[in-house]
Amino acid sequence: MDAAKDHLALPGGRAALRPQALPTALLPFLGLLALALLLPLTGNEYWAMIATRAAIYWVLVAGLNLIVGFAGQLAIGYVALLTLGAYTTSVLATGNVLPPLPAFAALGCAAVVGAVFGVVVGLPALRLRTFYFAMTTLGFATIVTQIALAWQDVTGGGIGITGPQMPAPFDTAWGFYYFCLGIAVLCTWATGNIARSRFGRALIAIRDAEVAAEATGISKPALLVSVFIFAGAMAAVAGGLFAGLQTYITPEAFTFELSLLFFIAILIGGRGSILGPLLGTILLTLLPEIAAPLAAWSTFLYAVLLLVIVLAMPGGIAALLDFASRRPLPANRAILPRPAALETLMRRRPAPGRLRLDNIMLAFGGVRAIDGVDLEVAPGEVHGLIGPNGSGKTTTLNVVSGYYQPQQGRMTLGDDPLVSGRPQARAAFGIARTFQTPRIIGEATVLQNVMIGGTIDGRATFLETLLALPRHHRDERHLEQAARLALEAVGLEMLASARADRLQHSELRFVEIARALMLRPAYLLLDEPAAGLSSEEIKRLGSLIQAISRQGTGVLLVEHHADLIFDICDHVTVLNLGRVLASGTPAEIRVHKEVVSAYLGA
Amino acid sequence: MLASILASGLAVGAVYALIGITYNTMFATSRVMSFTAGQLGMLGGVLGSLFMLELDLPLVLALPLTLAACALIGVATEFVAVRPVLKSLDQHLYVLSTLAVALIIQQLTALGWGTEPRPFPRLLDLGSGMGDEKYWLPVATCAVTIFGLEYLYRRTLVGRAFIAVAEDNFAACALGLPERNLRIASYALAGAVGALAGFSGGQLLLAFFANGPLLNFYGFIPVALGGLGNNRGAVIGGLALGLFQQAANFTVGGIFSSVMVFTMFIAILLVAPQGLFGSPSTRRV
Repeated sequence: MDAAKDHLALPGGRAALRPQALPTALLPFLGLLALALLLPLTGNEYWAMIATRAAIYWVLVAGLNLIVGFAGQLAIGYVALLTLGAYTTSVLATGNVLPPLPAFAALGCAAVVGAVFGVVVGLPALRLRTFYFAMTTLGFATIVTQIALAWQDVTGGGIGITGPQMPAPFDTAWGFYYFCLGIAVLCTWATGNIARSRFGRALIAIRDAEVAAEATGISKPALLVSVFIFAGAMAAVAGGLFAGLQTYITPEAFTFELSLLFFIAILIGGRGSILGPLLGTILLTLLPEIAAPLAAWSTFLYAVLLLVIVLAMPGGIAALLDFASRRPLPANRAILPRPAALETLMRRRPAPGRLRLDNIMLAFGGVRAIDGVDLEVAPGEVHGLIGPNGSGKTTTLNVVSGYYQPQQGRMTLGDDPLVSGRPQARAAFGIARTFQTPRIIGEATVLQNVMIGGTIDGRATFLETLLALPRHHRDERHLEQAARLALEAVGLEMLASARADRLQHSELRFVEIARALMLRPAYLLLDEPAAGLSSEEIKRLGSLIQAISRQGTGVLLVEHHADLIFDICDHVTVLNLGRVLASGTPAEIRVHKEVVSAYLGA
Repeated sequence: MLASILASGLAVGAVYALIGITYNTMFATSRVMSFTAGQLGMLGGVLGSLFMLELDLPLVLALPLTLAACALIGVATEFVAVRPVLKSLDQHLYVLSTLAVALIIQQLTALGWGTEPRPFPRLLDLGSGMGDEKYWLPVATCAVTIFGLEYLYRRTLVGRAFIAVAEDNFAACALGLPERNLRIASYALAGAVGALAGFSGGQLLLAFFANGPLLNFYGFIPVALGGLGNNRGAVIGGLALGLFQQAANFTVGGIFSSVMVFTMFIAILLVAPQGLFGSPSTRRV
């Protein structure tokens, strides 16, 4: 298999780490670009206009795609930012308020205004639920049009305003076309850089596995704000170009239909893809031209298209083009952990102090889920946490990883206090975890899923990544190398390039462990990792956990398989009704009277 | 001016509240917020005008026909846009599917009925000035609806079954309640409530295809502020919104009143995302 070959070449050189699929993935883009560059040969200026419009729409959609397709935030009313950009550029270029600016300067100002308002429009997404956010973006779109109508001194009201006049050589139909095409190519390149970086993967993680994203230290607000700035600026630039193309704009030019076009182009294209939405944008721009008699029906057709996509092909064009995921995976594959890889993966990690829970109390309403729990895990120790259902095991884990805020008690790691209620801050302390039900991004590959675990290790900023500066490449090489090692350690390296939703349940559990290992964790919290595993797999899991602990990682293991617990734990704590019933070595616990009667049975 | 603000504020507020109840009724049994709520209100006006002015039907025929037609559209929504996406509720596909159905309804109305606002008939021909029926009819309808729903939910077996499904879908299924039929029924009920909103407010809003998005937005605000699924919150929120909007309308003018309403709405939601009367969201881990 290709993945295996890649992997063998791994420790040697960096060259082998370059994604092999890149050139083939680029081909469709280059093909489209070639077509676009040849278009002037037709000499038909009507086509120049249509193609320019498609390029302009794509400038907006490319940015919006990161919000809708990657981060999964349903920003429906994005025409608002197009309107804003169009008016800012036109007003500044005409000199309605200030002395007239050159077209390019006006376009630059529009980008800045767009970036600011991109954040304003996006802010509700940080706090509100999906439908609420969709509604607020719609509301914003209505308001902007109304303001454009009412603010006559500046915008010309219903009469409108002339668009910016581009300087030579961009003042002809084809000149302007090449200018817009150039910006569109830049946008494609920039969003592509983001998509194939830790930022792009983190966006998808927010969309499909938000809780897991928090546990790996991804900060949703910071990430979304960066994307809103970028998408807002792009949308406003698109607006300025749109005004240039129209030569004259009125509020009526910015219909809700346009919003719908942008939004549906992304959905037709498929979530988490760039080629798909690009094709979608071209398709939807051409559709009304081809079907001119149906102009009155265009919104209706968009709506029907939206319904059909949602119901019949949620994956969009991208799913249709994803041939690799239709090849069958090897049938009789086994998970064969190779703990030797841990040596390379986990080296150079500072020795942590002890993880201590002190008299933690947490009540949900009137129920005390944890009632004064003390717990201490040492580096390099496997610490079992057992007890009957409802005794507070998982709750304790959630307190340690910061999801729950206990009403009482304190937590420390070494000398540092662990603030509760901030799960995304845990990764920086080197605390990683897995979940009772694996929280995996089904649409991403196994390798990408694991790479998400190392998101906070990246050094390149959003801007550096956008421009593909050297640090971005270094990050990617580093993350991929570590992820392949982690996959080798848990024994799944042959599935690295498979889509995660094609894996079996037991394999997903090991993928989660690999993702957690990416942090080179000081403490690893495992929530019932053996649930649903075969007895052979449980044995392998046991030795893997022990190997991890030998690297100095403290493991806190919540589990129901008593055999596994007693085989591999150095220390066992038994919970019952939210209190510590007993604590000691496995040998002591096994004969502890109350434990036997409350939990283990005679 | 105060009297005008009060009369028109309460009237549009009652319409918003009814649309809010439409949202809630659909949400209760399916956990789906549907973009069709506002379109049902729009259809109430358009169909009422169609039946009474175009086809010259009397009120006693036109009202039940309008309600039945909208109930049918409610059921159709359930079949087309809600049921297929229920199994993947966490992907929020319902936002898209109901948006698509809402747009289809709106565009078909635009093509069939026209894009100009058309008049809506006087229904009872009672009152004049501030006591005109166009002001008090929506308020009265809202009152009747909320008491009717309270009676249904508290006193009848079917209503209690609704509440059981709304509270805990799985437990209700385990009890043997016909969850799917109850959901269909609630969509029919929501259709009728939405139609009532448009019908009773027809003389204010006219029979206009573009009322849908407007009602969608202003009907959603009381739901968001009052807390999802909370009908009393929706009524209080709706009336407050109507009064606030009309007060702003009369004092600072149309465009600024929209901006004010929108800003207020966002500000309140950012402070209290679960609404003023709603409960905090559930555990995620």
